[in-house]
Amino acid sequence: MSPGKRKAPILNIKNLTVAYRQGDEWLDAAREVSFCIQAGETYGLVGESGSGKTTLVLAIMRYLGANGSVRQGVIELDGQDLCTLSESEMRQIWGRKINLVPQNPQSALNPSIRVGEQLAETLRYHQKVDPAVARRQVVGLLEMVHIADPEQIAQSYPHQISGGMQQRVMIAMALSTEPRLLILDEPTTSLDVTTQSVILDLVRELIHGRQTAALYVTHNLGVVAQVCDRVAVLYAGDLVEDASTKDLYRKPLHPYTRGLLDSVPRLGETKNQVQLRGITGQIPPLGERPTGCVFRPRCPLVIEVCYQRPALYELTDKRRARCHRWEEIQRGEANAQQSSPEVIKTEPINTKENQEVLKLVDMKVYFPLRHSLGELVRRRKPRFVRAVDGVELKIRHGQTLGLVGESGSGKTTIARSVMGLVEKTAGDIELLSIPLPQKLSDRDLETLRHLQMIFQNPEDALNPYLTVGGSLSRPLITMMGKSGIEVDEDVAKLLVRVQLPAGYARRLPEQLSGGEKQRIAIARAFASNPDVLIADEPVSSLDVSVQASILNLLNQLQIDHGSSLLFISHNLAVVGYLADRIAVIYLGQLMEVADADVLFEVPYHPYTEALLSAIPLADPYAEQTQIRLEGEIPSAIQKPSGCPFHTRCPRFLGEICVNKTPPWRLDEETGKQYFCHIPVSELRQSQERVFTFKYSHPK
Amino acid sequence: MSTKVPGDLTNLQSAASSRGRRFATALKGLYAKPASAFGTTIFMVFVLLAVIGPLIAPYGENQIIATEAKQPPSTSHWFGTDNLGRDIFSRVVLGARDILALSGLGTLLAVIIGIFLGLISGYRGGWFDETIMRFFDSLLALPALLLALVLLGILGPSNNSVLIVIVVVYTPIVARVVRSVALGVKTKGFVEVARLQGESLTWILTREILPSVLPALTVEAALRFSYAIFLVASLGFLGVGVQPPNPNWGLMVSEARSNVNQTPWAMVFPAAAISIVVIGVNLMADGLKRVFQAPVNV
Repeated sequence: MSPGKRKAPILNIKNLTVAYRQGDEWLDAAREVSFCIQAGETYGLVGESGSGKTTLVLAIMRYLGANGSVRQGVIELDGQDLCTLSESEMRQIWGRKINLVPQNPQSALNPSIRVGEQLAETLRYHQKVDPAVARRQVVGLLEMVHIADPEQIAQSYPHQISGGMQQRVMIAMALSTEPRLLILDEPTTSLDVTTQSVILDLVRELIHGRQTAALYVTHNLGVVAQVCDRVAVLYAGDLVEDASTKDLYRKPLHPYTRGLLDSVPRLGETKNQVQLRGITGQIPPLGERPTGCVFRPRCPLVIEVCYQRPALYELTDKRRARCHRWEEIQRGEANAQQSSPEVIKTEPINTKENQEVLKLVDMKVYFPLRHSLGELVRRRKPRFVRAVDGVELKIRHGQTLGLVGESGSGKTTIARSVMGLVEKTAGDIELLSIPLPQKLSDRDLETLRHLQMIFQNPEDALNPYLTVGGSLSRPLITMMGKSGIEVDEDVAKLLVRVQLPAGYARRLPEQLSGGEKQRIAIARAFASNPDVLIADEPVSSLDVSVQASILNLLNQLQIDHGSSLLFISHNLAVVGYLADRIAVIYLGQLMEVADADVLFEVPYHPYTEALLSAIPLADPYAEQTQIRLEGEIPSAIQKPSGCPFHTRCPRFLGEICVNKTPPWRLDEETGKQYFCHIPVSELRQSQERVFTFKYSHPK
Repeated sequence: MSTKVPGDLTNLQSAASSRGRRFATALKGLYAKPASAFGTTIFMVFVLLAVIGPLIAPYGENQIIATEAKQPPSTSHWFGTDNLGRDIFSRVVLGARDILALSGLGTLLAVIIGIFLGLISGYRGGWFDETIMRFFDSLLALPALLLALVLLGILGPSNNSVLIVIVVVYTPIVARVVRSVALGVKTKGFVEVARLQGESLTWILTREILPSVLPALTVEAALRFSYAIFLVASLGFLGVGVQPPNPNWGLMVSEARSNVNQTPWAMVFPAAAISIVVIGVNLMADGLKRVFQAPVNV
């Protein structure tokens, strides 16, 4: 049988139900799931947390714990049902026929064994090659995943190489035995976007030339669009839609898929152009799944028949959808009865002429490194982590300034330093044209009131031992000087503003979902009616469908209160959506500052250009320039001289970039400012728009 | 909180009711496993003895019935009598109050001072933390009994001295546990928000950080309590703590030692009381640890 004609799928899952035992009950975490993957196909499994994607992976790997079990259905690998195999038979399959690339390579690699040795061990065990041959093959494997100096990497311990490099090693290891099935479980989620793009290219390249079936599990709709041939969407344990990637993104048929696509801002879309429509509510926890269609409580298209469980309808062109109304949706006849309640009513403030409320002048934050004994003896100069290295920012009244950068770029340090949680080394911070005391204890209540912050992780933003009402009443009492019945009234008002019922005041944080906790955290930050609010990655730990409503809420509250917002995120699409002006930061230095609507137009700073081309777009039809950054982000201890980006810059000029600090240049046409040796006219000539969407948004 | 306003009242009430709920769940958790259920029951029986001891004890603690000296256990003297003719059962029962009160009060004081110093050390850090912790380290470097003997040598034997000894010996340990939890909690978002919103130090320490410390602290306090019982008994046995004719179990063992051939029961019963109550409290502490899921290094 020639590979091309092979019809039988490699992985064939039929009617699979997986359940977990809780007490005496079995609760279905995945219900009646069927799909198959052909050789050479990359199959995406998309879902938010709690959708059952991890459960499916565990079931396929036969890794379910003692409290989990396959209740019905079959998992066939090359026609062999894995559920019937014994553990010793599975051992012939693990690592040989099925391989897994995990989310966190750091914990999957043994920290005390050299990388090359770990790869060689896999070969020795599964292919019974002798050690010398294995060692030679290791170098080849590392070359296959485009590692520049394979000998040296093979000699390194896992902690000595970067996360992206570790993930390449994992991929090399997973492919070394030529498995039939490769499972990639969120392999790029913990990586930076520029590293992610390189890994995604690698996955695409390596899987296409092989007879391996790949199951790509992720929550990121952009990644799926970029690497997968087919996509299955999971919701609360149900496979709700299954289609080829192109069909799915062009015309999603299940209301949940539509909702998901509408929840993420597309790169370059701003709040003035489109209104994000999140999905109301949240994924029901295990054991509280509704009867009938699982999506019914959150579905905008719900009708009478939805109280019965829909079948997984087989459509034309190999599509499947678990929705009673798919035909109407396909014809474009099904429309939501009422529009989303989160509509922004107030006109945005014209921010151009307004006063500057927050100003950072040449701000530097250096963290001293502790001397080692040897350094003390040799009287070395103290070394510093230069987390923030001369940043100038201005935020005008009512403006949203987006600060975008990869991890380690210093964006959080800027926020914490402005708030007084970290001491700055040099520079000035002015709040409402008044110099801000550096120490938190030197700031009076009035100053604190004007400057508030929302933290990234809603899980630890609320005191677990204080009720929601208690948490919300504190800023009212301490900063606003309110007391008595006034406090209760204001707490109720705050809850209304963040669209939560007043009864929530008596709840404890453990009784809230992640999105609800973040709403409370936002309400608390707005309680003192601050002039400047800093939001540090406020949505990055939330599910996609919840993100949209939080972004809308932030926007609405900001306009209502006339506050200015410093919005910090690694996600350029989110920042682009919410911000009026965007600053791009790299290694503690700003690279580019521009209005949100022109940032995505030429000319770009070379770093911005690379960043924009690295973002996986949630549209398989989109055109995007391929610019890939080489190497790793340099350490903030030994920062490159001249332009900090010169070590990775695709438009590297030569000597001048290494030796001379670049000037700030202003593009007269767009008002863009960027930090580069290349003059405006030259950049403009050599660059094109990095990405274009082919179809308008399905909204 | 200075003013009792309705807003605060509802919060306090719900906090109080949730505290009650937590106590109920803790108790339920303790009775979920046989070992901790056993320990908790023992502890409660001894507490009950301490409270209503005088009602149960057939004789006074120092009531000497010379005619009935050196009697083995019988229906009239359940645990027998010692060489002076005192009823052992009465002395063991009445001694419960003494030993539990002394070790309980000592532990309580150690916990209170430990919380105070541990919270400030952990939250503030810096030179205060360094000073306090290095001083505590030096105290902890000495074996507890040795430290106790030195202190009692200086202070002279009395109930108050024993109390001071317990406080000095156990405060550093409690403070360390509190500090380590406080160090972890102070970097959490809600504590930073409290700082940004101008909360006072007192509020941050007592309302933001302390509640998170309590689970680990409860376990630690229970353990310290069992060790304190042991320490009080040991000091009594060595004759440097509580003085005769107090019905301290350790002292009773020590007194009966010389007549062990004639009246072994006079030594066995108080010794058994010490072991049983220490084992009981230890089992309960293990149960608390399980309930609060907070592994604590001792």
